[in-house]
Amino acid sequence: MQEKVFTTIDGNEAAAYVAYRVNEVCAIYPITPSSNMGEWADEWAAKGIKNIWGIVPTVCEMQSEGGAAGAVHGSLQAGALTTTFTASQGLLLKIPNMFKIAGELTPTVFNITARALATHALSIFGDHSDVMSARSTGFAFLASASVQEVMDFVLIAQASTLHSRVPFLHFFDGFRTSHEVSKIELISEDVMHKMIPDELVHQHRLRSLSPDRPVIRGTAQNPDVFFQNRETNNKFYKTCPDIVQQQMDKFAELTGRQYKIFQYEGGENAEHIIVIMASASETVQETCKYLNSKEGQKTGVIKVRLYRPFDIKRFMEAIPSTCKTISVMDRTKEPGAIGDPLYLDVITALHEGLAQGYGSIKSMPKVLAGRYGLSSKEFTPAMVKAIFENAQSENPKNHFTVGIKDDVTFTSLEYDENFNIEPDNVFRGLFYGLGSDGTVGANKNSIKIIGDETDFYAQGYFVYDSKKAGTMTVSHLRFGPEPIRAPYLVSHANFVACHQTVFLEKTDFISKLVPGGVFLINTPFPIDQVWNTIPCSQQKMIIDKKIKVYAIDAQKVAENSGMGRRINTVMQVCFFAISGVLPKEQAIEAIKKSIIKTYGKKGDEVVAMNLRAVDNTLENLFEVPIPNEVTADWDIAAPVPDTAPKFVKEVLGEIIAGRGDNLPVSVFPVDGTYPTGTTQYEKRNIALQIPVWDEKTCIQCGKCAIVCPHATIRIKVYDPSYLENAPETFKFVDAKDKEFEGLKYTIQVAPEDCTGCGVCVEACPAKNKSNTSLKALNMAPQLPLRKQEAINWDFFLSIPDIDRSKIKVTQIRQQQIMRPLFEFSGACAGCGETPYVKLMSQLFGDRAIVANATGCSSIYGGNLPTTPWCYDHNGRGPAWSNSLFEDNAEFGFGFRLAIDKQNEVAQMLLKKLSSQIGETLVDELLNADQSTEDGINKQRERVQALKEKLNLMGKNDDVNNLLVVADYLVKKSVWIIGGDGWAYDIGYGGLDHVLASDRNINVLVLDTEVYSNTGGQTSKATPLSAVAKFSFGGKPTGKKDLGLMAMSYGTVYVASVALGAKDDHTLKAFLEAEAYNGPSIIIAYSHCIAHGINMEKPLEHQKAAVDSGQWLLYRYNPERTRLGQNPLILDSRSPKMPVEEYMNMENRFKILLKSKPEAAKLFYKMAQENVENRFKFYQYLADRKFDGVS
Amino acid sequence: MDLTSKYLGMTLKNPLIVSASPISKEIDNIRKAEDAGAAAIVLYSLFEEQLILEQKEIFYHTTQHNEITPEASSFFPEPSEFKLGPEEYLEHIAKAKSAVTIPVIASLNGKTEGGWTDYAKKMQDAGADAIELNIYNIPTDTMLSSEAIENRYLNILKAVKNAISIPVALKLSPFFTNMASMAKRFDETGADALVLFNRFYQPDVNLNDLEVVPNVDLSTSADIKLPLRWIAILKDRVKADLAATSGVHTGEDAIKYLMVGANAVMMCSSLLKNGIYHLKTVLDQIQSWLEAKEYESVAQMQGSMSQSKIGNPESFERAQYMRAINNYKFGY
Repeated sequence: MQEKVFTTIDGNEAAAYVAYRVNEVCAIYPITPSSNMGEWADEWAAKGIKNIWGIVPTVCEMQSEGGAAGAVHGSLQAGALTTTFTASQGLLLKIPNMFKIAGELTPTVFNITARALATHALSIFGDHSDVMSARSTGFAFLASASVQEVMDFVLIAQASTLHSRVPFLHFFDGFRTSHEVSKIELISEDVMHKMIPDELVHQHRLRSLSPDRPVIRGTAQNPDVFFQNRETNNKFYKTCPDIVQQQMDKFAELTGRQYKIFQYEGGENAEHIIVIMASASETVQETCKYLNSKEGQKTGVIKVRLYRPFDIKRFMEAIPSTCKTISVMDRTKEPGAIGDPLYLDVITALHEGLAQGYGSIKSMPKVLAGRYGLSSKEFTPAMVKAIFENAQSENPKNHFTVGIKDDVTFTSLEYDENFNIEPDNVFRGLFYGLGSDGTVGANKNSIKIIGDETDFYAQGYFVYDSKKAGTMTVSHLRFGPEPIRAPYLVSHANFVACHQTVFLEKTDFISKLVPGGVFLINTPFPIDQVWNTIPCSQQKMIIDKKIKVYAIDAQKVAENSGMGRRINTVMQVCFFAISGVLPKEQAIEAIKKSIIKTYGKKGDEVVAMNLRAVDNTLENLFEVPIPNEVTADWDIAAPVPDTAPKFVKEVLGEIIAGRGDNLPVSVFPVDGTYPTGTTQYEKRNIALQIPVWDEKTCIQCGKCAIVCPHATIRIKVYDPSYLENAPETFKFVDAKDKEFEGLKYTIQVAPEDCTGCGVCVEACPAKNKSNTSLKALNMAPQLPLRKQEAINWDFFLSIPDIDRSKIKVTQIRQQQIMRPLFEFSGACAGCGETPYVKLMSQLFGDRAIVANATGCSSIYGGNLPTTPWCYDHNGRGPAWSNSLFEDNAEFGFGFRLAIDKQNEVAQMLLKKLSSQIGETLVDELLNADQSTEDGINKQRERVQALKEKLNLMGKNDDVNNLLVVADYLVKKSVWIIGGDGWAYDIGYGGLDHVLASDRNINVLVLDTEVYSNTGGQTSKATPLSAVAKFSFGGKPTGKKDLGLMAMSYGTVYVASVALGAKDDHTLKAFLEAEAYNGPSIIIAYSHCIAHGINMEKPLEHQKAAVDSGQWLLYRYNPERTRLGQNPLILDSRSPKMPVEEYMNMENRFKILLKSKPEAAKLFYKMAQENVENRFKFYQYLADRKFDGVS
Repeated sequence: MDLTSKYLGMTLKNPLIVSASPISKEIDNIRKAEDAGAAAIVLYSLFEEQLILEQKEIFYHTTQHNEITPEASSFFPEPSEFKLGPEEYLEHIAKAKSAVTIPVIASLNGKTEGGWTDYAKKMQDAGADAIELNIYNIPTDTMLSSEAIENRYLNILKAVKNAISIPVALKLSPFFTNMASMAKRFDETGADALVLFNRFYQPDVNLNDLEVVPNVDLSTSADIKLPLRWIAILKDRVKADLAATSGVHTGEDAIKYLMVGANAVMMCSSLLKNGIYHLKTVLDQIQSWLEAKEYESVAQMQGSMSQSKIGNPESFERAQYMRAINNYKFGY
């Protein structure tokens, strides 16, 4: 056995580490939480790292998981060792190919981060519903329970698949294992070689398709022989478990780590056992150990490693002869089934196993089914204890749940939250940071330091909230002398750090600390004032639990060291200085060494400023004296205001407060339907600075409002009489537009909802005449303004919106007065997508129905707790739904079909009831001109009149039916919204199909030119030369011209817009697209954090994109052909800025210039040529004499 | 005709040098310059401050948005190496050296003392024949004395001279209270040449959006006057070589500089305007003029009209405006 080599990595990297080395081709597609595996593989390939046979594997990103599966299938058939990585819906898309791959007995290993499937809601988090949906494919299923097992099982699976020819699905828990950082033993390439002899690879190659030994595979078969053919592979499945166990045994010889396909852990005389898979089995194992040793219980666990093919004999042999009860725990839900899959398998296995006389038990034990852990719901020792207690109770619950409170069907088990099995020699720390302050990165680094520098084992797990701006991250760290088997969150911490002062207002930290624990705060307050900044309930606990409190002004130290707002290094030093996990000097030296290693390649200055931060920290860290009594007269704020509706207060508010785990089943809707308009109650107060309006300088152009990503800067025009009770500081001026003569004008900021991005200030064209550093909007610290402006905001909301018919919708200065029906989303500060979404909501929101592809827009638009989509004073607003990633165009198209059909039904009934309703009204209803908002409003009035008449008429089926569908006589605006990953890649087939139809749908493509939501992976919208995930060396090919492809139909309205470059052009395009009675598509340039730009000045990037010709502005309106005009209008002028200049403004391009300058320069030249050629081509199309053929 | 000239201890085949500018960013341009007859080339400046800013920029963009959502631990792949130091510039020196036979002079604008000397050493190691120090920043600190600024220049020069063995030229701004004294002090500190004068980007105001915008004005022949005067004055007062830069568009412009004492004449704006091969035109004009006037060599005329070699030396010292009017012939 070789010397042990340890490393500190997460589950995804562990899987990729081996999978990359024992394969030749990886076909991939990003999906959370598996994306990192593909990213690692891509990065290693780009860096030339070789597999165990000395060749660099080919890593290829496909257009979808379905595409990746197809490529895997093809690559396998042609003889390469091939793998893929995926999760959730991605696995579902691979299933058709999985049946083929298994049916053809083709060795491969699919590595899956098991994740929930979207049902009533999407969830990115872990459970087994995806893998369980693939269990009939014929793949073998191997489950890993820890990061170590992930690394080991990829290799065991690869060896087993090559031996058995049965393809393998190797899975581990999404996030809990895929994202847990852990110190593990590395497998050497020598061991990999020994596990995979070349002979096996040769056999795989010789089975492949080759014209040199031609065969055909994939025939079509008829009833006469298909069935028999299907039975030919039985023997392979029968021998598969033996092969896996042999490989596990061989692996044990090589590494010392012995696994069993059903591994029993627990007392020899255990009476009560749990059967369970993946990470939770670790929790059960540790809890059994505790219960057996501390409480004298007789418990045990069967860890199911090889779930398919299910080896009944080995399963029976794993059960101790003393077993009385078996609780089978499934991490999935199959509504309507007798039980969930593992339970059903266990029942059958016991039945057949007893009949066969396998194992040592002689009679059927009591078998109970339990469900746990859906969507990464915590599974703790306390729950394990409850499962055992249930099993031993007189009337145990069967088909129970654990981890939730089911007060509807009463399935859930009660458990004691305070039950804790963690030994004292394990350090447990919690670190609360802001996404952008580097807390998580610093903690990962600390784990690495402790893992590398000491004999301690280390574990880190990271929890993020669902917003993209102002996100709170919580790092859960454990260090201890033994391997850490605790795949659940830290609840009894020795050390808690609050890295952002603002969290003190809303977070309970101290209840997580054990008595005598340490609390570290980053605070700008001097030592004598720190105590008074802590809420009273926290003060009380600090005193009662004798907590030691330390404080540092990390912001100041970071700034003085040249680190700006990045406090990570400072807080990391504080942690090591006071936690005592390592001797201080040793820790500081290790941090410094790590800084040089981590940042060395990023330049001397970067290293120097980090080192300065280390040196400056210790002298600024101090212990806070704790008085004997509570002095604060305030406490942690309520999550939502008292004025919020009941559901918001009792349900959404609890989720906001971080107490969602405590909510019982009964409070939730049964079908995933939630109210809109709820972000308004979630006062996040994340802005450090907010814009302040200078009404005297303002020219009332509306540009600030149109670019505001969060709809927090609003305009109203109103009668002066409404000012009667205006707060003292409420600002207003005379409205400048002549149409608004005599009215007042106010721009008001929502101070507690603003993210402080500053884009409004960038957009503001009005400068102070005496001091040009000031504009009509200027950023100022939020805290001193918060209270006053919150009052002003409430007053502002109380002023009624102006009659929309009085607004000139074609002029931004007036159009922006329209109320946004999309507000305060969870998007990034400065987001480039949301202004388009908001614009749509302003213009058409009261009649819009939105189909939203999965991605950033579905997360900031629909992730609980709150919803930015809202409604107007009439209660009308966008209805929104997210189906999937790949099907959004079809989903929205379905909306249109349903709306048109119900309109058709209404028209039919109108005609049928015409004589009773009155022919004039019916005629008007049927022939209404609804091309304008005024026309739509008139139709609404007619529908109201119709309903009144219908209500007076005698009830019959026709009347009742018409009442239900009458609203469909009013025009509905169907919007299909998604990002470029959807439109250009995974959803393109569907998008193309619906664009080819004659239906009135509007497609909005929020084109960030990468998969933004999953971390900036390349899409076909990614421009030439941009560095993105899967385009490590810069994208070698150009951006797909989606607009041109859509134009080729001649019947699609197509616009390419960039709000930051030409806002009135964007507005025009939205109005034309919606007015066009047919399919429309707007491709909207959306700057993004994935571009590597200053998000406070994103508009200049949009301008540069357009000025350089990198992004064209145009509109293609088929309506113009009717007038004999060329449908294409090129709204861009000739490029006036070199593309290189634009590209050098953005890190996505510049990163290549600074890593591979020669390649970058070549790309820049190609990009310039492309831009010039494309402009000429469009100019030709737009200028050509239109002869009536589009 | 002997066009050779001594500059920085080197014998140049003629006095024309391409000055530090974007022209030298492309190796192909450097080849063209040699082909057009340039006797040496000064590469574009390496700005230490820019390197620091780029390091910070890359650091910011590769870390700022990491670990903010559960779905994206980062937004960029991490290259195994970055070229954020002077490597690219140093490679450029080496490439230039292998592309041409004329001397290649590196240009350096440092920020820190360590930066000045480290980069100078690296430039020397990369093969530069000499280094031109491009020291200048706009002093806006009202508490900073002229002496402190002057000492900073001297300290940088001294440190660089101590660090390297190749010749060092100092490119100066005209904004010293006493240029003659400063020149002397530079001379005493070991400057091998003084380059007069640096042209700076001057900001302009855009009246449409009330923004201050950077402004690049190419020189004209009228711009030779200031360097012309100071070269004439310094010619026999300092040991250091003198190079003229600014306003050389014609052979006559260059000849005037040579006459007052320039060892070398640098060109940029006219090449940006007319193309690199314009240098050959200027060279031909010099040669024709010399031949027409029956000079034997460039050396023969070099310094022939320096302050010390003209009949009325005070003409370079005049408080020009009043005397000029006095000398003006009233034409009516």
